[in-house]
Amino acid sequence: MKKIYYFDNAATRPISKVAFEAMLPYLTDGYGNPSSVYSVGRDAKKAIEDARRTVATAIGAMPEEIYFTGSGTESNNWAIRSTVEQNKDKGKHIISSAIEHPAVMSTLKYLEKQGCDVTYLDVNEYGQVSLDELKKAIRSDTVLITIMMANNEVGTILPSAEIGKIAKENNVSFHTDAVQAVGHIEVDVKEIGADMLTLSGHKLGGAKGVGVLYVRKGLNLPPFIHGGGQERGKRSGTENVAGIVSLAAALNDVLPRIPLNHVSQMRDKLIEGLLKITRSRLTGDPVNRLPGIASFVFEGIEGESILLLLDQCGIDASSGSACSSGSLDPSHVLLALGLPHEIAHGSLRFSICENNTDEDIDYVLEKLPGIVAKLRSMSPVWNEE
Amino acid sequence: MYSDKVMEHFTNPRNVGELPDANAIGEVGNAKCGDIMKIFMKIEDNIIKDISFKTFGCGAAVATSSMAAEMAKGKTVQEALHISNKAVSEALDGLPSEKMHCSVLAEQAIRAAISNYYERQGVDPIPIIGCDMKCEDC
Repeated sequence: MKKIYYFDNAATRPISKVAFEAMLPYLTDGYGNPSSVYSVGRDAKKAIEDARRTVATAIGAMPEEIYFTGSGTESNNWAIRSTVEQNKDKGKHIISSAIEHPAVMSTLKYLEKQGCDVTYLDVNEYGQVSLDELKKAIRSDTVLITIMMANNEVGTILPSAEIGKIAKENNVSFHTDAVQAVGHIEVDVKEIGADMLTLSGHKLGGAKGVGVLYVRKGLNLPPFIHGGGQERGKRSGTENVAGIVSLAAALNDVLPRIPLNHVSQMRDKLIEGLLKITRSRLTGDPVNRLPGIASFVFEGIEGESILLLLDQCGIDASSGSACSSGSLDPSHVLLALGLPHEIAHGSLRFSICENNTDEDIDYVLEKLPGIVAKLRSMSPVWNEE
Repeated sequence: MYSDKVMEHFTNPRNVGELPDANAIGEVGNAKCGDIMKIFMKIEDNIIKDISFKTFGCGAAVATSSMAAEMAKGKTVQEALHISNKAVSEALDGLPSEKMHCSVLAEQAIRAAISNYYERQGVDPIPIIGCDMKCEDC
């Protein structure tokens, strides 16, 4: 079989070996429903509670502040929509950023149609929000600040602790989508001052289909999914026991290795090498950056074409070009950074994890310049000057 | 998502580049939308003797340019004007629905080049082609 050079770990990571082995028993003999009284049910319940403690410890929370959900998207929907519901007497104003993941962005667009007023803070060329703009945006009817901890497309790490401080001073709830952060950089909910925080299992080496919402004790967030009263009445639906176990195992596995120095070394090597290509640029913050995200734009060419030629070399990456998303507009994140449409179409993201090797990076550095040159040679908008 | 034929034309596009002695050049699309096709033709005795293209865009944009150029080569101007986006897409064993606009662009690129040819001959292309193909729509 042809070797695959997988550089799309921010889309999803291959499940880690320990996570896979930890979850297996709960797909076979440990089939019990955690709500049942007999032993196979009790064992499943215990596995969930062990996992809850692991996740809590990992992010500096208490176990009773951790709720398992079906995905990061669900956690984001729950946090945002239930906060709006809970505060309907206080107001309907939400503050967010222009570079949120669709799981937040689309939820906010939906709420706008329901009568909410949303302020999307602009970002600078590095994808950073202005704390002064945030302070100015807060109104007496502001009920929620939801700003991501780290961006999925360009890797920018946002100043969550400062945002949390401002939220607290103004008595506004603060939710952060930390899906790209947990398991990659140090995350502590107390340090951030988050009232709610979203994370997802498959972005850190767990199985797909499990998310977490941290809800600060005392917040009393109303449930979003109603039913049999699982997760202490806050999130009904029979728990994905195997998935939850895999998430905890993956977290336990990766945490001792943070900061992920080798991952950021590979990232820097890739960035240094690819910026040698003429008229290429790094997107996102060059300093406050996730260890695994190397994101670029290449002038004169289009992202999907790059992906197809990379795929022919066995390299898997991603792009925020319109053609890769099936719309006419390139990614809202790249446009928010101030990149013109025609340049944003030429975006390319490599997301690196510990499974990658220095040889993988060398291989990309060997292949990509030729691909860019080939596409530029057939591009009517490219001229060497 | 793409047929083998699309991938084959994308990987090994035919007739890429500029024709130095072109007497008909058409460009459609715009970079803002992410697709630009530029077609060069050498027309002699009403026949498209040679043709080439340059394209900025996705895999389907490159493949449809390549196929449309191949289909137009050797045809009379009138025959080339009848190459439809549907014919281009069918020749490529189909396109995903969200990529059909690429085949439309390929059809328009050929018409734009022929429109340019008529203009150079001092003939008003609008009665023949229907418009001068200079619209900027995505």
